[in-house]
Amino acid sequence: MTISLRQRAWRLFVTYGFWIFTTIVTLLPIWWMFVVSMRSRVELFGRPNLSLSRFFVENYANVLTDSAFQRYMTNSVVVSTSNALLVMALALLATYALSRYKLTGRDNIFFWLITNRMAPPAAFLLPLYIMFTRTFRLGDWTLYDTQIGLILLYCVFNLPFAIWLLKGVIDGIPIELDDAAMIDGAGLWGVLRHVIIPLAAPGLAVTGILSWVFAWNEYLFAANLTSVQARTITTGLAEFVTVTGTNWGELAAMSMLTLIPSAIIVILAQRYIVMGLTFGAVKE
Amino acid sequence: MRNPRTGWLLLSPTLIILLLFGFAPFLYVLFVGFNQWNVFSADDGLVFNGLDNFRRLVFDDDFLHSVGLTARFAIFAIGSEIVLGFVLAQMLTRNFPGKSLFRIIHTLPLMVAPIAVGAIWRLLVIPGFGPVPFFLDRWFDLKYQIGSYPDQALWTSVIMDVWHWTPFVTLTMLAGLSAIPKEPVEQAKVDGASRFQVFWYVTLPFLRPVLLTTVFIRIMDAIRTVDEVWMLAGGGPGTRFTGIYIWRVVFPRTDYGYGSSISLITLYLTIVLCWLLFIAISGRRKGEVA
Repeated sequence: MTISLRQRAWRLFVTYGFWIFTTIVTLLPIWWMFVVSMRSRVELFGRPNLSLSRFFVENYANVLTDSAFQRYMTNSVVVSTSNALLVMALALLATYALSRYKLTGRDNIFFWLITNRMAPPAAFLLPLYIMFTRTFRLGDWTLYDTQIGLILLYCVFNLPFAIWLLKGVIDGIPIELDDAAMIDGAGLWGVLRHVIIPLAAPGLAVTGILSWVFAWNEYLFAANLTSVQARTITTGLAEFVTVTGTNWGELAAMSMLTLIPSAIIVILAQRYIVMGLTFGAVKE
Repeated sequence: MRNPRTGWLLLSPTLIILLLFGFAPFLYVLFVGFNQWNVFSADDGLVFNGLDNFRRLVFDDDFLHSVGLTARFAIFAIGSEIVLGFVLAQMLTRNFPGKSLFRIIHTLPLMVAPIAVGAIWRLLVIPGFGPVPFFLDRWFDLKYQIGSYPDQALWTSVIMDVWHWTPFVTLTMLAGLSAIPKEPVEQAKVDGASRFQVFWYVTLPFLRPVLLTTVFIRIMDAIRTVDEVWMLAGGGPGTRFTGIYIWRVVFPRTDYGYGSSISLITLYLTIVLCWLLFIAISGRRKGEVA
């Protein structure tokens, strides 16, 4: 089948026209945030200007040298990374159990696990607050305002998602492979290490990435269950909006800085994201 | 060979964490939902009042209004996300130079924290220095101010959600599309099916499980949206979704008993909706095996 030159040119034009248009729409809000982050308070008012007038880095300098910001950033990195690793490990074990063992009420357990992600968060803050300040305590130590508290709590919305995602992946691995490994003398850990983990790698990777991003982005729990020591970056963002007026320039600078780590992860892991997101719904 | 006890052992860490941090708070909310309890009132705290909270809820115009708004928000946002996400994914299955760059660009919004998404969009629409009201007024002579017009606030939230979540749909659709076997599509083309027929009779049935799963996840998250819409409009008119309404009842009004019962009903409605979708998904799966 031959396509004439004109047809090919037209097709190229349509394809790139489409992509350039959607790219502008996608990037415009982020670009505007960048522009705002490069402006002083005074420059923001007046006629809105979408172009970058000059590099004004004071907002970034202010944010970066702020010791509170550094602490928030460290907390966010520690909390989301630990949470993502924990979620990957627990979800792998749980999903393997749900996929390979005949457990009573398996489907109901699976659905119940997912319902944990559906709870509207506002009303659940009070019981969680009580648990964090009173129920879990050892002498003076409580879960409130600790990184470990957030790491465990974020499992509530990340584990259901992770198990949901991995369920399809592990169901798609033929059980005969497990059996063959077992006949060769592999125990449970051997099967997990040599059969399941290598074959589920893209799925596990995307599970880890998305859990990391969800934990990194969480705001409501972090804002209400921490006070000083364990505050995360998103709560820091919200602190810029105050009654006396919002410092939009610094807010935008901080939003940009918050975006960078997740953007890097996504760019590096781009391939796995698509390979792993099938939810196993389509069998090959 | 496979002892169920080992299975339970593998499942137990997950179950323990979810029972402690998910189910225990739920029981607490369930208990409080049947009580009259204004946290900071001088009265004797919790007073059991049976189903009164739920009776009150049925006649609470604010609550019903918030359910209506949430439904409109979810339907329009998720509907647009599915269509746009499918088109983008379909475009991404073709090969052309620069494809991976466009894919990365179109994944970016997903990675922005909801609270930052709210901040970005507030910067876009804020009266005074936001470009959106300025240019709408200038080019189309349209008065745009989300604080004053509830409809504009709702539509802005929808557009913001579409901007933020379409990438997720694109990624899942792309994964689903790339897993579709080539032969049926080719066969249909050989048999003289039109493009639409190929899409309707071949692509769509293959894509159905992924589609339903994506809708499921989006419904679950859209109903509990709080952060970004709160940051965008501060709970102003037109954006008082159920999640935000619960927030207002629980915090500024400290009417904790009533807030809990609203949460329970919302959770119940979400679960019913998702259960139906879940049956649709897993029913299909069983059908394929048989």
